Amino acid sequence: MRRYGAASQSAWWVDAALLLGVLGLLYGIVHVGKGMVEPYGPPDAAIDVSLDPSMLPYYAGRSLIRMFVALGASLVFTFLYAQIAARSRIGERILIPLLDILQSVPVLGFLSVTVVGFMALFPNSLLGVELASIFAIFTGQVWNMTFGVYQSLTGVPKELREASRLYHIRGLRRFLLLDLPYSAVHLVWNSMMSFGGGWFFLAVSESITVLHHDIRLPGIGSYMAAAMDQGDVRALLYAIITMVVVIVAVDQLFWRPVVAWVQRFKVEQTAGVDQPSSWMLNLLRRSRLARWMHKAVVEPAWAWVIAGRAGRRERRTFRPNRRVRRLLASAAWAALSVVVFYWVVRGGLMVAELGWRELLVPVGYGFLTMARVFAAVALGALWTVPVGVWIGTHPKWSRIAQPLVLIAASFPANMFFPLITAVFLSLHISLQWGSVLLMMLGTQWYILFNVIAGASAIPNDLREASELLGLRGWRRWRYLILPAIFPALTTGLVTASGGAWNASIVAEVVSWGGTQLTATGLGAYITRATTEGHWPAIVWGIVVMAGFVVVINRTLWRRMHRLAETRYRLEA
Amino acid sequence: MALLELRRVSKDWEVGSESKTTILKDISLKVEEGDFLAVLGPSGSGKSTLLRIIAGLIPPTEGEVLYHGRPVEGVAPGVAMIFQNFALFPWLTVLENVELGLDREELTAAEKRERALQVIDMVGLDGFETAFPKELSGGMRQRVGFGRALVAEPDVLLMDEPFSALDVLTAENLRRDLLELWLEKKIRTKAIILVTHSIEEAVYLANRVVVLSRDPAQVVTDVRLTLPYWREKQSPAFLAVVDQLYATITRRTPAEAAPAAAGRPLSRVPEVRSGALTGLLELLDDLETRIDLYKLADNLMLDVEDFLPIVEGAELLGLVKVEHGDIELTDVGRRFAEASVLERKEIFRELVLKKVPTMEKMLWVLQSKRNKQIPREFFLQIFERRFGPDEAAKQLDILIDWGRYAELFGYDEQGGRLYLEGDEHPRA
Repeated sequence: MRRYGAASQSAWWVDAALLLGVLGLLYGIVHVGKGMVEPYGPPDAAIDVSLDPSMLPYYAGRSLIRMFVALGASLVFTFLYAQIAARSRIGERILIPLLDILQSVPVLGFLSVTVVGFMALFPNSLLGVELASIFAIFTGQVWNMTFGVYQSLTGVPKELREASRLYHIRGLRRFLLLDLPYSAVHLVWNSMMSFGGGWFFLAVSESITVLHHDIRLPGIGSYMAAAMDQGDVRALLYAIITMVVVIVAVDQLFWRPVVAWVQRFKVEQTAGVDQPSSWMLNLLRRSRLARWMHKAVVEPAWAWVIAGRAGRRERRTFRPNRRVRRLLASAAWAALSVVVFYWVVRGGLMVAELGWRELLVPVGYGFLTMARVFAAVALGALWTVPVGVWIGTHPKWSRIAQPLVLIAASFPANMFFPLITAVFLSLHISLQWGSVLLMMLGTQWYILFNVIAGASAIPNDLREASELLGLRGWRRWRYLILPAIFPALTTGLVTASGGAWNASIVAEVVSWGGTQLTATGLGAYITRATTEGHWPAIVWGIVVMAGFVVVINRTLWRRMHRLAETRYRLEA
Repeated sequence: MALLELRRVSKDWEVGSESKTTILKDISLKVEEGDFLAVLGPSGSGKSTLLRIIAGLIPPTEGEVLYHGRPVEGVAPGVAMIFQNFALFPWLTVLENVELGLDREELTAAEKRERALQVIDMVGLDGFETAFPKELSGGMRQRVGFGRALVAEPDVLLMDEPFSALDVLTAENLRRDLLELWLEKKIRTKAIILVTHSIEEAVYLANRVVVLSRDPAQVVTDVRLTLPYWREKQSPAFLAVVDQLYATITRRTPAEAAPAAAGRPLSRVPEVRSGALTGLLELLDDLETRIDLYKLADNLMLDVEDFLPIVEGAELLGLVKVEHGDIELTDVGRRFAEASVLERKEIFRELVLKKVPTMEKMLWVLQSKRNKQIPREFFLQIFERRFGPDEAAKQLDILIDWGRYAELFGYDEQGGRLYLEGDEHPRA
C-alpha cells in the first residue's frame, strides 16, 4: 500500500530500538499475563496490593492488558453489531434503539452483577474477576464505538456498494476493501476517546466491594486505592505519576501513529491540508525492519485482497430462496424475543418483590441525583466555556492545550475521591453538596475539549464581521460565540452528563480512612444494594437510572442536537 | 438473437406496507450488437433504475432481462457500469481500482497487472498508475471509472450519466475519447447503454435514442439516429434532431397532466421554485416572441433535467404555452410578467388555487384547524403514501414554496409548521 520514497534513510538504531521494543513487549505480555490466571479463592483470600513502587510497572502492565483486551473485544463486537444493523432491516429497527438504551445503562451499576457472574464461571481463578473488569471497560466504551461504525457503514455511498456487487467483491474482501476503510477514520477517533474514558471504569473495577467482600485486582487502580486506604501520600504520588506516564505513552506510541496512519482512509476526495502527524509513525516508516515486514507480509496480503480468488464465477453457493430466508430470519428473531421476554418477566417478578413503596423510593432518589448531574454539568460549563473559548480562539494555545485536556479527561478522577473526601471531612462539607463537585471532576474535561474544538472552528470572516459591527461584551457572546460553539458545546454537555450519571455511583458514597460519607441519591442506593448483595434493589436501581438517562436523552439532549444541526450549524 | 432483451419489465417501490408506487411499467426493449443506445427522460423517470435492473443490481418486480437469450439472475455477466459519481475506492490507487474490475477473469496476477496497465494506457491515464483518486481531477477520476469498466472487456457497457458531474470542457473531452474508442473499435464492447438527461449529449453520441415518460416510465419513442459520425453540433441537421426530441419529451405533458390532475387527489407538481418561474417569464417577456425550447435552454445554459420542470411548472399554471418544441407566453403570463411584485403574487395565488387542487386541499385543512397551524409531518405522511419518501419531501417543499410566495400560508422552518398568515406566529 505504502510507497516509500527513496529519500527515506534507514537508521540502524531505529531497527535496533524497534526489535528491542517488540521483544520487550512480548516478554512483558507473557510475564504480566501469567498473573491473570492465578488461582484465587474468593471468601478469605484477599489479594494484597503491595505499595512498593518497584511493583508499579507490573501493575501498570496488568491494567494495560485489561484495557487492550477490552479494546479488542469492543472492536470485534462493534463490527459484528454494526454490520447486522446496517444490513438487515429488522436488525436496524431493533438494534439501533437498543443501542440507545444500552448506552444509557450505568455500567458501574451492574459491575457487581458481572463480577459475581464471571466469578461463578471461573471458580478458584482470578480470571473471573479479571474478565469482569475487562467487561466493565468493554461496556464503558463499546456502545459509542458501535454507533460511530454503524453511522459510517450506512454512509457508504450507494454507488460504491453497487460497484462492489458488480465486481463480485463480497465477504471478507468487502469488509477489508469497503467497510473497514470507510469507517476507519471515525472508528479510530471514537476508539481513542472511548479508550480514554475506559481508564475510569478500569480504576473502579479493580477494587470493588461485592457482598461485603473487597475484591482487589492487581493493577494501577487498586494500587492507588490501597495508597488511599493507608493514607500513604508518597505512594499516591507515585501512582499518579505512573498513571500520567502510561496515558501519555499509550497516546504517543499507539494512538497517535494509528490516527496519523488512518488519515489515508479519509473519504474527502480532495487532498487534506492539516494532516495529523506522529513521530512514532515516521520512525516506523524509516525503519528497515518495518519495511521488510511490509514487503513480506502486508503487500502480498493486500495484493490477494485486491485480486480475489480466481475462478469465482463457476462456484455457486447455496442460497435458499427469498421466502425461506425470510422465514429463517423471522424464526431467529422470534426465538430471540422469546428468550428476552422470559428474562424480562423473571426480572420483573424479582423486582416486584420489593413492593410498591420500595419501588417508588429510588425514583425519588433519581430526581435528587438528576439535580446533582445537572448542577455538575452546569458548574463544569461555567468555567470551561470561557476558558475553552479563549483557548480555542488562540490557535497557538489550542494546539498545546488540546492533547493536555485529552490526558486530563483520560485520567480517572475517581482516584482522587478519597482525598477530596478528607477535605470535605475537615471542612465539614456535606456530601449532599460535595458529591456535585466529585461528579464534575471527571466530566468537565469533555466540555472543555469540545468547546475548544468549537471555538477554534469559528470562521475568521465571522469574527472580523462582528468586530466591524462593534459586537462586544455580552452581545458578542450572544450573537457570535454561543451560537457558533453551540453544536460542539451540546456534544460536550451530553458526554459530560452521561459521565456524571455513571460517576454518581461512586461519588455518592465515599470514604476516607474508615469514615464513610453518604449522599441521598440513586447512585448511593445502587452502591448500597451492591455492597449488601440485594439483587432486586440492584436491578431496580439500574432500571430507574437507565430510565432517567433515556428520558433526558430523548427530551432535552436530542432536542438540543436537532437545534444544533438545523439552526446553529456552520456550513463549511 | 438480441444481445440483451428486456421483456415487459416493471418496477414498483413499496411505500409503507400497503401502498406502492410504480416507477417502470411494461418496458420492452431489444439491444442489438452495435447499438449505442441513449435513454432520455425527465428527472425522476426511473432511467437509472432501469439501468440497474439491466445490470442485475435490482430485481424487476415483473418481467425479465434476457442476456444472449437467457434470463439473468443477480449481477449480469459481461456487463460493466460507469457511475455518475465515479464510485472509486478512495484508498486504492488507480492501478488497484482498475484491477478490481478484473475480478471475474481467471488470470494470473501478472496477466491481470498487464491488462490493467494496457487499459490505463488506453483511457489516457498513463503515468498515474500509483496516484490515489483524491489526487486526480474529476475528469481523470471518471477515466479511472472507464478503465475499471473496460478492463474486463464487457459485452455491454452501462453508463449512468457519466459526464454530468464534470465541467463542460472536461465532459466534452471525455465524450470524444469515448466515441473514438467505440467508433474505431478499440474496445470489444458490443453495445453501450447511456442514461443521460442531456438531449444534445444523446444526439452527439448515440445511434439510437429511447425516450421515457414519467410516473410511471414507459417507452415513448425509440428512434434510430442516422446522422453520420462525427457529428457537428451546430449543423442544421443536428439541431433539427435535438429540436424534434425536445418536442417529443415535452409533448405528453399537457395531454397527460390534465386527466391525472382530475382523477387523482394528489398530482405531482413540477419541481420548480417560484423564483425560477418568475425568472423564466421575465425572460420570455423580454424576448417578445415564441422560441425553440432547446435554444432557450441553451441560452440559459441548462440541460433538460433542470430546464423542463421550469417549463412544466409555467405550463401547469397556464402562464406559457408549449407547442411543437416551441414556447410562448399566454395572456395571463404576459400580464404576470409586466405586473408589480404585489400584483404578481395576486395572479399567482389565483392560478395556483385554480390549477393545483392539492394546494386548495392543504389550505382547506389549515383553515379547518382551530389554531390555524399544522406540522409539516402531517402533509409529509400523506404525500409519502403517494410519492415515496424522497419524492414526497421534494413535492411538499415545492408546494410550501408556492404557497409562501402566493402568501396563502406561512411556514416556520425551525418548528416545521405551516400556519395561516395573520394568525399567531407559532415560534412566539
